Order: sequence, then C-alpha cells, then structure tokens
Amino acid sequence: MDSRVFQELRTIVGPSGLITSSEELRTYESDALTNFRVVPFAVLLPQTTAEVQAIIRVCHREKMPFVARGSGTGLSGGALPVENGVVIALTRMNKILEVDFANARVVVEPGVINLDVSSRVQPQDFFYAPDPSSQSVCSIGGNVAENSGGAHCLKYGFTTTHVIGLEVVLPDGTLVHFGSKTLDMPGYDLAGVFVGSEGTLGIATKVILRIVKRPACVRTLLAAFPSPNEAGAAVSDIIAAGMLPAAMEMMDNLSIQAAEAAVHANYPNCGGLLLVELDGPVAEVEALTIRVDQIFKKNGASEIRVAQSDVERALVWKGRKSAFAAMGRISPNYIVQDGVIPRTALPKVLSEMGILSAKAGLRVANVFHAGDGNLHPLVLYDRRIEGQEAAAEALSYQILELCIAAGGSITGEHGVGEDKKHAMSKMFAEPDLETMQRVRCAFDPLQLANPTKIFPRPRMCGEKPGKYVPHALETAEVAERF
Amino acid sequence: MTVASPAGTASIRAFKVAAHNVVTPDHVHSAQPSDVAAGVPPEVVVEPGTEQELAQVLKIANDSRIAVIPRGGGTKLTWGNPPSRLDAIISTARLTRIIEHAWADLTVSVEAGCTVQKLQEALALHNQRLALDPLWPDRATIGGVLSTNDTGTLRLRFGGLRDLIIGATLALPDGTLASSGGKVVKNVAGYDLPKLATGAFGTLGVITRAVFRLHPLPQNSLHLTILASDLHETQRIILAIQNSKLAHAALQARVWAEAPPEVNILFEGTEAGIAAQRTDLTKLMGTAKMKECSPDVWKVRQELWPLSSGSAMQTGFPTSAIVKISILPSTVALTVQRISQATNPQHFGWRAVLQATGIGWLRLDGQPDAVHEALQGLRTDLEAAGGSLVALEHSEDLAPFDAWGQPGDALPVMRALKQQFDPRGTLNAGRFVGGI
Repeated sequence: MDSRVFQELRTIVGPSGLITSSEELRTYESDALTNFRVVPFAVLLPQTTAEVQAIIRVCHREKMPFVARGSGTGLSGGALPVENGVVIALTRMNKILEVDFANARVVVEPGVINLDVSSRVQPQDFFYAPDPSSQSVCSIGGNVAENSGGAHCLKYGFTTTHVIGLEVVLPDGTLVHFGSKTLDMPGYDLAGVFVGSEGTLGIATKVILRIVKRPACVRTLLAAFPSPNEAGAAVSDIIAAGMLPAAMEMMDNLSIQAAEAAVHANYPNCGGLLLVELDGPVAEVEALTIRVDQIFKKNGASEIRVAQSDVERALVWKGRKSAFAAMGRISPNYIVQDGVIPRTALPKVLSEMGILSAKAGLRVANVFHAGDGNLHPLVLYDRRIEGQEAAAEALSYQILELCIAAGGSITGEHGVGEDKKHAMSKMFAEPDLETMQRVRCAFDPLQLANPTKIFPRPRMCGEKPGKYVPHALETAEVAERF
Repeated sequence: MTVASPAGTASIRAFKVAAHNVVTPDHVHSAQPSDVAAGVPPEVVVEPGTEQELAQVLKIANDSRIAVIPRGGGTKLTWGNPPSRLDAIISTARLTRIIEHAWADLTVSVEAGCTVQKLQEALALHNQRLALDPLWPDRATIGGVLSTNDTGTLRLRFGGLRDLIIGATLALPDGTLASSGGKVVKNVAGYDLPKLATGAFGTLGVITRAVFRLHPLPQNSLHLTILASDLHETQRIILAIQNSKLAHAALQARVWAEAPPEVNILFEGTEAGIAAQRTDLTKLMGTAKMKECSPDVWKVRQELWPLSSGSAMQTGFPTSAIVKISILPSTVALTVQRISQATNPQHFGWRAVLQATGIGWLRLDGQPDAVHEALQGLRTDLEAAGGSLVALEHSEDLAPFDAWGQPGDALPVMRALKQQFDPRGTLNAGRFVGGI
C-alpha cells in the first residue's frame, strides 16, 4: 500500500484502530471457515460512522477493495479478506443506541452481539428472535450481511424479518438510510435487498431491529424415534394438523453421540431425535402439547420428554446449539454443510446421502432444522489420512447437489460467500445471476465491497445492459426520464 | 407533463404486428375506454399466454420505445402518480395457473395473474392459506398485490408480503426472464430480488410468478370489538394489548370523525387457547366494553372506497382522497389528533383505519383546496415524525399532489437500480417515487 494512503487511514482511525503487523493480521485471515485464508493489507477498526465513511472514501478514491467483518463467526468465507484490500472490522461499534419498548424497536451499531440485544430487553420481557447457534458471539452486522437464521426462525422469521431499517455507507462513501422505524417507507425495499447481501453492497453502520414480546409459556418436547424417517413423518403430521411450532429440530444418532460427549445434554440414545418447541399463551400450548404427544406416539416414539423448567430447556438447547463444535469429540476434522430441501424430500435425500457416505467411506452426521428443511450434514474426516480431506470436500459438495436436485437451496443460513460461489451456477441460470449482478452494479459500480464473493464470475458493470440512448422526446424535453 | 401515446401511430402499429407474432392475434387488441390507467388512455392491450410470451412482448415494446403499464386485476391502477408516458398495457389476465401447491412443505408457486381469492380457495382444500388479506381479493391478482405491497390486518402476526414471498420470476424490459429466491422457506443464496420487486410498482420488471410460504388455516377464530371512550383510551388499549402476552393475529382501530373509536382484535387457535385469551383480555381491558363482532370488521378499509358515487361514505363533499399512512404504533392518538386538527369538522369528513403495525388508511372528504392543504400538512407532520403518507387515490379536482412524498437520501440508489433494470424507462414511467 502507498505510504501516503496508509498514513491517511491511520489518521482516520488513530494508531490503535489500525492493524498492520503480520502476526496480528493473521487473526483476520479467515472467518470460521478456516480452509480459505488471505492475509489483508491492513485491518481498520473504526469507532464511528464518520470513520467508516472516511475509510471507504479513501478506498473508493484508490479503487482499493474492502471487506467488512463482524465477529468472524461466518461459515461461508464471507469475511475472507481479498487480496490487495483492507478489512474493516466493526467490532468497536458496539453500542445499543436506543430501545423503544412501546414500539418494539431497538437501534444498534453493527458490532453489537446478537445475544446482547435479547439480554438488554429481557427485563421488559422482550427478546430478539433470530438466534443463530453462535448468538453469544456473533454480531448484528454479520447477521445482517448473512441474513442469519436460527432454530426459532420457523415461527419468527429470519434476520430480514426483524431488520426494518439501516444506515448504510455505500461503496463510494455516501451515507444513506434504508427503511425506518415505521414500515413501508416510499420507494424500493432497499433494506430487504441489503440484508443477506453478504457485504457486497456497502457497510451497515446502524441497524433498526424489531423485538418480540416473550410468549407466556414455552414448552420443549423431546422425542426419540428409531430413525430420522419416523421423526420426519412426525414433523409432517404436526404440519398437516395445522400447527406451527416455534422450532422443530432433528438430530441423527451420530450428532446425538457427539452432543452427549460434549455437553451431556442427557439425550436419549436413538436413531432420530426430534425437539419440538411450542410457545404462546398457556392454554394454547397445553392444548397443542397433547396433540404433539399423540403424533409422537403414533409415529413410534420410544421415549417422550417435556422440558418444563428454564434449566431443563437450556440444557436441551445447549446440546443442539453446540452440535457442530461437538463433532470434535467424535472426529478430528469435519466440514459443516448448509443445504435446504423441501422438507418432504427428507427420506429420499437422507437415503441418497447414506449411499454417498458409504461410497466415500466417510461418516456423515446430520443436524436438521426439520420444520423448514434446512439440513446441516457434517462430513467427518481425518486430515492426517492422505486424501480424506479431498474426499470429504467432494462428498460435502455432492450433498449440495442432492439438495439442488430436490428443488432446494445451496444455503439456508450460512451464506454463499467464498465457499459456494461456484455452486450458484448450479442453482441459478445465467440470466438469474446476471439480473442479481445488476443490483450489485447499482450499488457498487466499481465492485469494491467484498468483490470476489457470491457470484461465480465477476461482471464488469456497464457491460450490459447497453449504453443508454435518450429517447427523442427526452432530448426534445417533452418527456422526462429518471 | 403527461404525454399520452408518445410513440406515435406508426410505432404502435409496428408493435401490434410484432406482438401478433408472439401472442395469438385475439389477445392483442386496441384499448377500450375501460383500459384508461390513472386518467391516461393506452393504445393497445396485450394478453400474453405464458411468461415467455410476456417477456418477449415486453422486449418488443422496449426495443420500439413503447411505454408499458403491466396490469393484473386493474383494481389499483389509479395508485401512484399518473404515468408520464403510456402506449400499451401488458395484462397478466391469462397467467392464472397455480403451478404447485406443495402443501406438505407449506409453499405455493403461482402465476402473477391468479386472483388472491382463487389462490386462497385452492389452498383451503388443504386447510392452508396465504396469511394475507389484501383489498378486493376477488379481483386483485398476486402480481398486483405484490407490486403495490398491499397488506392488510394479518400483517401484525404473519408479516408483510416481503416476509411471505420466497421466490419470484421477473420479466425485464430487455426480455430477460429471471428467477430468484426459490421454493424453500429458508434460503439465502443470492440477492433477495423477491423483496426488491415487492412494492416496486412494476417499475423494475413484471412479476410473472411468485412463490410463497403458507400458514395453516386457523381451527377457530374469535373476533372482538372493544369500545373505547375516546382517542386516548384507544391508544392505551392498543399499547396494553401489544405489551401483553396475548397472541392475537390482528389488532386495529377504526376512527371515524363522526363516531366514537372502536378497537378490533382477532384471536386464532385452539378453542381452549382462545377462551383463555378472551379471559385475559377482559382483565386487561378493565371497564372498557367488549363484544363479539363479525369477521367483516377486518374488511373495513374496503369501505373507504369507492372514491365517488355509490360510496357508502357519501359525505356531500366534492373532493375525496384516500391515503396510506405509516406511523409508530405509539402515535395512533397523536396522529388522529393531527388529522382532526388539520380538518375543520364543518368542512370535512374523514375516516381512518389504523393497524397496530403502525400502518393505516385514511379517507378525507372536503373542498378541493382544503383537502389538498390538509394532506400536505399531515404529510409534513408525519414525515417529520419519521413516518410517511402515500396518496392512493383522489378526486380529479384535487390539485397535483405527489403520491409518495419525501423519498429520502436513498433516492440515487433507487434511480441507479431503475437504470440497471429498465434503462429506457419502459415500465410504469413516472409513477413511482422521485419520478421513477
């Protein structure tokens, strides 16, 4: 980097806001998907919106790419630095700016930790609904970038459901506002487009969130089935009976073993464990509990438990939320996959996955958001054995192909990032991708914001659509065009 | 300046001929008086039979600089600003298929021209619904409801269209037919173009199909009316219910200038659950009177229409306007006060329906100048408070009044998007915010 530019950036963030030493930069060379690593030029730690703006203006002038980063818990390489670029880490912008209980709105800076929002509003009996498994460390800004989900999005929706407004620094340094505390602001739903854009459209510096009143009663049911197929049939019956639980999670035997080894969640040892959470008014939850219990029995549940106290519930969820990390207990290495299938395709996809797994000679553990079809197959392998890593990567990719073939998606909540950009061409046709790129070109014609992510091939803005030729009526000033 | 049919007779003729090569001739015809859109008469109406045909016709129009308005049921063509140019209407009247109701996955894929009612009837066969109650469901189409972002009372519980749509196919002016999202509820692959198209007023592309997440039909429902003594009690009731642990599906205030306010609440669920919530609500309401009411209360915003003769709201005033307002839920009373302050009762009639989401609809009746002034004043107040006022429909004698108001500092991004998707301004020219 030009030393003049370097000095300029240092002036913006101050000496403590600039990281350039090679050891410290290593911390930022990847997100939680560690098989992609790039050491950035520098890492900047701005503390205000004005600093973010000033940094991005420099980047824009120098045509230097930048990558925004929150807590770095992403699983798709979305925060992977780009070569010859800087990382803008928003961790120091971590203030909860405003809490408005009457209107159920909270305004936060992007570095605020997800769980801290719920903790802050808990005394008034509210919570922030999106609950990714990493919620105790991941940031709201990162959630916005990835449109993070979580176990409870079946009923409550995703990050995008709960973000109603944003303050954004565009890739040319302009400060703009999308949405607001009120709904349906006139104009395009730019907040809707920005959430889930994986840092490619700019950097959010303030986020307006919707919070939700805590339900009067929460009940978590745990049922042990012989295999995931019976558990899946129970899920279908729950939906056919017209119920929409707050969460429905499934774990297969390998995942149960791993969770037991890691956090002693006291799960029954079975082929398919189903965890169903009902919430709402007490009488409603009680009536639904009886019906869910009947459905479990009808589908051959060998054991049914109801976690009543907060402590019991917390333990049940701890097992589920630590399932990925728990794999370390049963395998030296593992790849987390994130695919989505129409829920009804589960038996077929699981059986095909079993065949692929046997063929590759690798175990696959399954953790599954059963209500919405979001699969998290974990491919277990040992890096020390030659060829296993490559075989595991191939198997993980084949599983994605199964999801696409079943009419699903290559990612339900982890994002495309660096990891899955080539799979985008399998899920979308060229015109679909080209149309998405138009959005990118509208926001970031120079393609400076996280430029190498999401799309399999970059498109120079201005290639297509063709150059605009004004209409005769416009040149004659009879009609106006905007 | 409004320019009807700027393309000229020769271009129109050429467009018709080219359209004939794509769409069967009996579905390309000269416009009738009933095809007038926001006061502007088109020359020709085309009804493509497939999504591909629609994209091709749109491309032909774009290539020959024919200005287009896409049309579904035609129930909301007067919304937005009048078009600055209009030659052709491309109708989705023949794109009415329900492509796939994957009931066990709680999703449906449907063509844009299908009416909301037809869709709901099909979904009801499996005890499901699109949790949406837009205006005039018997005529309003999926494409039109999406483009105008017309949500009703169920939004409080189930979210808006943006939260229900999971996939969309768009025909762009250059003939591209592009899909985004998918047919699974949870999906973060690529940009969320379904949300971009929702509420875009058909200015970026024509929605040809949409995929939605569905909800089960409620097993039981209870509709209640709470009589509030005044505005402040109305506000207190709404905030108390919103701050309670009740799991109501809808909550609205009906405030008529000439009558005491009413609050309506909807419960859905099991019999036991509803009964218990009724008891809890009674405790919460204290002395306020409560009674069961007809489910028709949720259609009350339809009673703000029609604008002119035959209206149930005949007020004897020459000029009427219907607007959508968006406010913070805690400012319902304040907003209604603003409305009544802006309107002298001797010279005005007004009615408002306000949802607990903060979205409301207001009808004003009065003398042309007074209505204009009241709307302007109200918009200024609401915008200053972080809200908005969007004019949906008004009498012709109202002086020009921008439908949208302040577009905010993101207007350049919106214009850049328009430039990327519709660089020639073929679609819905001039009807959207900031002249887009």
